[in-house]
Amino acid sequence: MDFTYTETQDMIRDTLARFLADTYDFETRQKFINGDTGRDPAIWTALAQELGMLGAAFAEEHGGLGGGALENAIVMEELGKVIGIEPYLPTVVIAGGALKAVGGAQADAIIPEIIAGNAIIAFAYAEPQGRYDLANLKTNAKKDGAGYVLNGHKSVVYAAPWATHLLVTARTGGGQRDTDGVSLFLIDAKLPGIVRRDYPTVDGSRASEVYFENVAVPGDALLGSEGAALPLIEQIVDEATVATCAEATGVMQKLHEGTLEYTQQRKQFGVPIAKFQVLQHRMVDMFMEVEQARSMTIMGTLKLGLPANERMAAVSAAKAKVGRGANFVGQNAIQTHGGIGITQELAIGHYFKRATMIEGQFGSVDHHMDRYERIVLAD
Amino acid sequence: MDMEFSPEDLAFQQEVRQFIADNYPAELRGKQDEGEELSKEDFLAWHKILHKKGWIAPAWPVEYGGTGWTPTQRFIWSEETARADCIRLMPFGLAMVGPVIYTFGTPEQKAYFLPRILSGEDWWCQGYSEPGSGSDLASLRTTAVSDGDDYIVNGQKTWTTLAQHADWGFFLVRTDKDAKQQEGISFLLIDMKSPGITVRPIITLGGEHEVNEVWLEDVRVPKSQRVYEENKGWTCAKFLLAHERTGIAGVAASKRGIEKVKAIARTELDGDKPLLANPFFKRKVAELEVDLTALEFTELRSLAGANAGKGPGPESSLLKIKGSEIQQRLTELTLEAVGHYGAPYFRGFGEGDNEHPIGPDYAHRAAPTYFNMRKTTIYGGSNEIQRNIIAKMVLGL
Ligand SMILES: Cc1cc2nc3c(=O)[nH]c(=O)nc-3n(C[C@H](O)[C@H](O)[C@H](O)COP(=O)(O)OP(=O)(O)OC[C@H]3O[C@@H](n4cnc5c(N)ncnc54)[C@H](O)[C@@H]3O)c2cc1C
Ligand SMILES: Cc1cc2nc3c(=O)[nH]c(=O)nc-3n(C[C@H](O)[C@H](O)[C@H](O)COP(=O)(O)OP(=O)(O)OC[C@H]3O[C@@H](n4cnc5c(N)ncnc54)[C@H](O)[C@@H]3O)c2cc1C
Repeated sequence: MDFTYTETQDMIRDTLARFLADTYDFETRQKFINGDTGRDPAIWTALAQELGMLGAAFAEEHGGLGGGALENAIVMEELGKVIGIEPYLPTVVIAGGALKAVGGAQADAIIPEIIAGNAIIAFAYAEPQGRYDLANLKTNAKKDGAGYVLNGHKSVVYAAPWATHLLVTARTGGGQRDTDGVSLFLIDAKLPGIVRRDYPTVDGSRASEVYFENVAVPGDALLGSEGAALPLIEQIVDEATVATCAEATGVMQKLHEGTLEYTQQRKQFGVPIAKFQVLQHRMVDMFMEVEQARSMTIMGTLKLGLPANERMAAVSAAKAKVGRGANFVGQNAIQTHGGIGITQELAIGHYFKRATMIEGQFGSVDHHMDRYERIVLAD
Repeated sequence: MDMEFSPEDLAFQQEVRQFIADNYPAELRGKQDEGEELSKEDFLAWHKILHKKGWIAPAWPVEYGGTGWTPTQRFIWSEETARADCIRLMPFGLAMVGPVIYTFGTPEQKAYFLPRILSGEDWWCQGYSEPGSGSDLASLRTTAVSDGDDYIVNGQKTWTTLAQHADWGFFLVRTDKDAKQQEGISFLLIDMKSPGITVRPIITLGGEHEVNEVWLEDVRVPKSQRVYEENKGWTCAKFLLAHERTGIAGVAASKRGIEKVKAIARTELDGDKPLLANPFFKRKVAELEVDLTALEFTELRSLAGANAGKGPGPESSLLKIKGSEIQQRLTELTLEAVGHYGAPYFRGFGEGDNEHPIGPDYAHRAAPTYFNMRKTTIYGGSNEIQRNIIAKMVLGL
């Protein structure tokens, strides 16, 4: 057993942390998220080309550093610490994960583009009626000669306004909630018939409603085998879920640190409010949640390679625990700040918003406890 | 002991229901349903209708414009207005400074201010908190220095709710620097249009402009606008805080809130069933209802105490703590219920902008409301301070 990071992993973390400290201070972030496009593309380019960060989790044969899920977790945790809105999760973790899993010509073509910072890929999977069920799909792709015709509506597709490509789940067969008949496509985001309605999200990012209206999709856009992609989708969503737990750990750590710092400065009744035992115990409870989030992220990351059922149980355990922790730490950070916690001006409120949205991302606590019970407590 | 409404109460309930159905402004209802931010005129529209009817201040003594209703009738009133989802009346005049004025004010103050509060002519704001004085309110540093018949006021207030609309503010200021903290404070009524007052917005987490900083620089305030004796303002402040805390339980509004959550959860799907059929979600709604019932009957007991002539005491802290926690859990359940559609941030309906929010109509305010409602455990004396009060005043620790 060894829970230490390799030298390369330590270096990735340090380099990234230093870069973000220089480029991603709170005021700068607020400026670009409130600008027209909601991002500063130079940051993504620098992450790719100056830092080589977008290759950390890819194989050397594709131009990467040879890492995997642990590297993704490191990057996501550091992004969490600055409430970064960079599309690392959909591009590298999700689309990159799918491409690594299927390999072949598609991986050879696209992965180098991701590593170079040229490709941004949004993950269009959720639908208005589907909640967290990955197989509940009305979007459909009908065979048409060598290709497909895609129709449907995807909800709240984070990073879609910036995307060069979309990774889309769609039905090529079966009924709306069947596990069979689900396929995965990686398509050019500019194909005719793709209509977007873009908007900001409450946690500082950008997203879109994406409508496919008779979109002609080439046959080689299909990732994996037709109609049998659900296991692959579940796997990459599990990888994304654990990466989101890593991000949450970074967000929670900052919420906790910010609260510790503030309560030591803020005086009421002639003493720093950190002297009040009820606040001390609360900050101890927050601390314990942060530590457990870190533990569960590592657990989940290390178990991503296990057979599907064990992997799913581990990921659901991690997400349920982290989701609850993010809720607790976020709410208590605000409460402990008092009035100042609910203003837009302070960073703490923005960390709280991100922590809140993480709770529901890829499934609520209830959703994951339910999946855990179904796997682990089934008789 | 019984909990039945008398035939007179039932008739009253009918009358109230009918009145609301006949008179609640349709335009306001529309804006509420769309989740639009309400303007000053919107807030006042319902106020003015109630004023005309003579129902604007049920809690006030009849001699000052109250309705003379029994506590049970007042309870029915608040139930019915919440059931019909009427907007909340601004508390600053009606529930806060009004009672202070009729309890402690001079005949001139009563004659001038009370009718204007009732009619809605004056919008009031509460100038208590300062950057350095939140929970420790008595440490406040805004000063009022005597200058003939006037005071000259200097200092900074903060978190002043809707001061951008206010015609008048009631302020706590220090008139004696050498006295023990609580004993050097006076209660002033200040015209918000006075030279030297600057109001600056503070934008809160949901994007709302709801609170402000208020700067006072050499503001001249006639001594005739001081309520009660000089250096005895803390007495008014404590009286008012107890009033503020009872309203804060919000039982009727939370009942309405639970109905809204249920309606959403009946519409939202979880697989092929409504979300409300999901046993985990259903259990959370049920638990909230049970807790709300406990709060309701605790409030009814304190109301029965008020019937018997006892004023609100430190136990109103219990109502504030439990009431605010329930309000927050409601917003949490709503956000959970709307799933992915909690994420889109809808900037609001701009002038001439009829763009529709993303997702179902009930979804686009879910996250901002959840963020915003974190305030309920902070304002009006934070819940930690309320627990301190119970520990000290009720448990005698
Ligand atoms: C089964 C058992 C086994 C034990 N084994 C050992 C042992 O092996 N070695 C050993 O040294 N001791 C042992 N103890 C003793 C244990 O350390 C004490 O019970 C403990 O320190 C609490 O002290 P107390 O019982 O006198 O309660 P008190 O100190 O009187 O405390 C009463 C309550 O007040 C709370 N409290 C006290 N001080 C504070 C404070 N400053 N802030 C907030 N809350 C406070 C406590 O948490 C408790 O809830 C054992 C006790 C038990 C019950
Ligand atoms: C939306 C909103 C509207 C408001 N409207 C008004 C208004 O109209 N007029 C007005 O005057 N004020 C208003 N307030 C101010 C409100 O009353 C204060 O925010 C509140 O009193 C808390 O003060 P603070 O924000 O300075 O927090 P602090 O007093 O700094 O408290 C920070 C944290 O420390 C805790 N704490 C402090 N002392 C203790 C203690 N002794 N023991 C344990 N814990 C403690 C608090 O509970 C809190 O969790 C409003 C506030 C908000 C958020």
